[in-house]
Amino acid sequence: MNTKERTLSLSRFIAVVVKEFMQMRRDRLTFGILIGIPVAQLIIFGYAINFDPKGLPLAVVRGEESVFTRNVITGLKTSGYFRVLDPPVSAARARVMLATGEAQFALAFPPGFAASVLRGERPQALLEADATDPVATANAIAAATLISADALDRDLPPGLFSDLRRREGAFRLTVHRAFNPEGVTRYNVVPGLLGVVLTLTMVLVTGVAITRERERGTMESLLATPARPVEVIFGKIVPYVIVGYIQVSLILTAAWLLFGVPMVGNIVTLLLVTLIFITANLSVGVTFSTIARNQLQSVQMTFFFFLPSIMLSGFMFPFRGMPGWAQWIGSILPLTHYLRVVRGILLKGLGFMEVTQFLWPMVLFMAVALTVAVIRYRETLD
Amino acid sequence: MANGEAVISVRGLTKTFKGKVAVNDFSLTVNRGDIHGFLGPNGSGKTTTIRMLCGLLTPDKGEGECLGYDVRTQQSLIKRRVGYMTQKFSLWEDLTVSENLEFVARMYGLPQRRRAVERIIEWIGLGDRRASLAGSLSGGWKQRLALAAALIHEPALLLLDEPTAGVDPKARREFWNHIHQLSRQGVTTLVSTHYMDEAERCNKLASLEDVFIHLMARRREP
Repeated sequence: MNTKERTLSLSRFIAVVVKEFMQMRRDRLTFGILIGIPVAQLIIFGYAINFDPKGLPLAVVRGEESVFTRNVITGLKTSGYFRVLDPPVSAARARVMLATGEAQFALAFPPGFAASVLRGERPQALLEADATDPVATANAIAAATLISADALDRDLPPGLFSDLRRREGAFRLTVHRAFNPEGVTRYNVVPGLLGVVLTLTMVLVTGVAITRERERGTMESLLATPARPVEVIFGKIVPYVIVGYIQVSLILTAAWLLFGVPMVGNIVTLLLVTLIFITANLSVGVTFSTIARNQLQSVQMTFFFFLPSIMLSGFMFPFRGMPGWAQWIGSILPLTHYLRVVRGILLKGLGFMEVTQFLWPMVLFMAVALTVAVIRYRETLD
Repeated sequence: MANGEAVISVRGLTKTFKGKVAVNDFSLTVNRGDIHGFLGPNGSGKTTTIRMLCGLLTPDKGEGECLGYDVRTQQSLIKRRVGYMTQKFSLWEDLTVSENLEFVARMYGLPQRRRAVERIIEWIGLGDRRASLAGSLSGGWKQRLALAAALIHEPALLLLDEPTAGVDPKARREFWNHIHQLSRQGVTTLVSTHYMDEAERCNKLASLEDVFIHLMARRREP
C-alpha cells in the first residue's frame, strides 16, 4: 500500500507563495535592500563609474615660459584629460603634490626650451605621472604623447621654420611613471585589498555582535547586569581589532613574498594608521548591530555598506573618473582615505605627517558611528 | 533592614507597549524574607511587572521603590542588588557552566571571583557539570545554572520569572528547597508561576488577572 501522497496541490503551493509575500512585507529592511541594491548599482555603474578619467590635476613646474611652453600646456588642457593647476610650482613642491595625490601629473620644461626648439634640437619635456594606479593614467599619457607630436606646429609656420616641423614633433615628451615604473596593476590592487578585506570582515563580524545577543535572548541577561553601553560596545570591538591585525599581517606578508609589492614607506606607520581604520569599520558594524532586528538584516546592511565602499573608494575604478557627487559620497567612506594611506605609505613612501590629512575623515566617521551606537544601545528593554 | 520591612513597595505601576496595556495600575508590597508568588495566566503581565521591578523596563506610570531605590530613576542601582532569572534560559549556550558564571561574576565586579563561582557551583550542585557547555544541559540543569547566575552576587532580592517551566517534578522540588533555604537566610523572593501547586509553596501570593488580587497562602515549611 502506498502511504505517500503523490499528488501535487496547487493550493499548498499558493499557500507557500502567499506566506512568503506576507513575511517579505513584514521585513521592510530586506525588501528595501532588494529594491535599493539594483537602484544603487544602476546609478553607480551608469553614472559614477568611468574607466576613462578626464580632468586629472597637472602641476606645472616653474621655469622658462614661452609661447612654446604655453602652447604645449594649452594642448594638454584642450585634450580634456588634464586640469592644469595654477600657479606653477617648484620642482620639489611638484614631487610632494604627486606623492600626496594633490596632482596626478607634473610637467617640467628644461631651461632654454624655446631656444632649443628653434635650433631644431628637439629638447625634452618631462611629464611625471603618479602611476600607482596604471589604469587611471594610461589614457591621459597616451593623449599627451599624441599631442606632443604636433603641439607646436602652429607656432612653426611653413617657410622659415618648416624644417623644424618634424613628423615626430618639435620636442620630445618623456613620460616618467613615478612610484610604479612598470605600471604593474597588482602593486595597486594588493595594498588596496588590505582595506577591502578589513572593510568586509570587520563590519560583518561586529555587525552581528549585538543582534546575536538580542536574537538568542542573552541580551536580557546582559542588561540585567549593571553593564554600561560603552563597556559593552568597546568590549565587543576590541577582540576584533586583534583579528584585524592578523588579517593585515597575512596580506602584507603575501604582498611582500608572493606579489613583490614594493614597500617603500614605514610599516610601523602603516600599522598605526590601520588601527584607526579597523576601529572605524568595527564601529560601523556595532552601529548596524544596534539598528538591525536580526542577524540577516545586519548582514544585508553590511553589504549595503560594502558595495559603495569598493566601487566609490577608488579601489575598483579610478576615483578621479567619477562625477563630483560620487566623489563626495566616496569621501565619506573610510576605505577611500585608507586606500590613499596604504598606497601612499607602501608605494610612495609617505611619512606619518603626510598621511595625517587622510586620517581625520576616518576619525570623524568613527566618532559619528560610535556615537550613534552608544545612543542606540539601550540599558533597558524599553 | 529589619524583618517585616518592605523590600518592594510599588504603587500604580502601568506599562503600555504600542498602545497595548501590559500592566495596569499594579501595586505591591513585599517584606524582607518573604517568598512572594505571582499567579496569573500567560499574558497577564507577570514578566513585564518583574522586568519593571528589576530595572529592565521603565514604568509609564506609577512609582515606588525596590530595595530602597526608585524603580523609575535608579535602575542601575537596582540591577546591582537584584538577582533576576529570566523566563526563557538566557545565558550563553556556547560558554561552559563555569565560564558563564565567571562572566556574570565579572559583570558584577565581584572580588574573589573564582571563590564566588566555586561556592555557588557547590551550593547548587553543578560540580560535575562545570565544564559542560550550557547549551548541552537539560532543562533542569539549565534552570540550576540560571539560578546560580542570579545568585552569584548574593542579591538581597531574587526575582524569578516562571523558573520551573518545563522542568521535571524532582528538579522542581529541589529548586524549591533552594528557595526556602535562601528565604531562611533573609533573601526575599518574588516568583511568577501559573502552577497552582507551586503557588502553594509561596508564603504570600499576588495574582494578576484582569484585576490584581493579592492572595495569601499559608507558609509551608519544606
